[in-house]
Amino acid sequence: MQDINIKITDRNGVKHDIVAPTDMAMNLMEVVRSYELAEEGTIGICGGMAMCASCQCYVNSDTELPAMTDDEDAMLAEAFDVEDNSRLGCQIQMTPEMEGLEVTLAPES
Amino acid sequence: MITTDILIIGAGPTGLFTIFEAGLLKLKCHLIDALPQPGGQCSEIYPKKPIYDIPAYPEILAGDLTDKLIEQTKQFKPGFTLGERAETIDKQEDGSFIVTTNKGTKHHAKIVAIAGGLGSFEPRKPKIESLEKFEDNGVEYIIKEPELYRDKKVVISGGGDSALDWAIFLSDVASEVTLIHRRNEFRGALDSVEKVQELKNAGKIRMITPAEVKGIVGDDKVTGVVVEKKGEDAFTVDTDHFIPLFGLSPKLGPIANWGLEIEKNAIKVNNALDYQTNIPGIYAIGDVNTYPGKLKLILCGFHEATLMCQSAYKRIFPDKKYVMKYTTVGGVEGFDGTKKEAPKAVVKAIE
Repeated sequence: MQDINIKITDRNGVKHDIVAPTDMAMNLMEVVRSYELAEEGTIGICGGMAMCASCQCYVNSDTELPAMTDDEDAMLAEAFDVEDNSRLGCQIQMTPEMEGLEVTLAPES
Repeated sequence: MITTDILIIGAGPTGLFTIFEAGLLKLKCHLIDALPQPGGQCSEIYPKKPIYDIPAYPEILAGDLTDKLIEQTKQFKPGFTLGERAETIDKQEDGSFIVTTNKGTKHHAKIVAIAGGLGSFEPRKPKIESLEKFEDNGVEYIIKEPELYRDKKVVISGGGDSALDWAIFLSDVASEVTLIHRRNEFRGALDSVEKVQELKNAGKIRMITPAEVKGIVGDDKVTGVVVEKKGEDAFTVDTDHFIPLFGLSPKLGPIANWGLEIEKNAIKVNNALDYQTNIPGIYAIGDVNTYPGKLKLILCGFHEATLMCQSAYKRIFPDKKYVMKYTTVGGVEGFDGTKKEAPKAVVKAIE
């Protein structure tokens, strides 16, 4: 099974080159947690149900992302620091199509 | 002063199950929770979501799990201090503790069990300059006293259920209700959305969408808010109150200052034995604790609560002999005089 390479800029502005597995049903929020790129308790608070926006990130690459569900869209409508390229990390599954993805974690709120 | 054997901070699934395990040992429990209802995240964030890893329940809704846990603990008559946050702890000379909430309610207990999950739920505050200066001077994040808004002008900001529900409620109380949301779409129960639409059509709620509150006008008290509508110049809406309703997020809060060892926003405990913290007599169980290999799962919280109660018993009664009894053997004797037990087998000769 193939691993993919993604770039994640953490909340302190440090860029990390990350290898993420595509066979573990992981999403981007879980990748961030597994590499401990954000302090425990500050990301993925709702567990990945698109209900808290603690895993909000800005997508900097032109990677073709999965379409936004109504839940994610509505959550982003209530979140803070939202930009046009905002997504919830928990809604981006690690699939081979995500190769080359570049994101920046949004500030903690 | 409320007195109890075990004071549980946090009324989520782990805290609720602690009542049962403590009750089997004839220990009384009292719970404090910042939310107005028990259940923690299960009732506040995702009551309608199914959980699949509760043993013996192939599927159960988080809200139903809360209801069943409460039912299971009823005969042990737990006490609750809801809508208040545990603020300070004072160790007494005899080793017991006094915990005081933000509203000054005092609780005296021999044992404190922190089952605080990710912390107490605090309102999420939008980033608006000088917002905090106006708190309780026209800015409120939680509506406690609806009469405060009688014949006043109110601006509500947010797009979820609470923004919709309060806009509907206050349209009957306030002189003017304005609802501001970043989108035209609202996320809420369908009948709430429809009701707001009706009230808007009837001129009882003014809607400004898609727009955001960017500033507050006023000297000591709120007199207006600065609103930015997409693609238009900012304008001021006169108001007496500004109520941002953007949901709640958990914060470890005052517990972080109790002298407990904290690591990764969680409380370090001794998992080799009894989930006690670095302060003897204070335990931490469920999502709020951490130890090597910790998993934040409800079922792990149940296990931790069970072991913690055994340790608490030994701490309270160091000289009493005790062995764990199976409920199938000993039944469950409630503090309300009830007794559940297995029906006795009939011994009768067959002719």
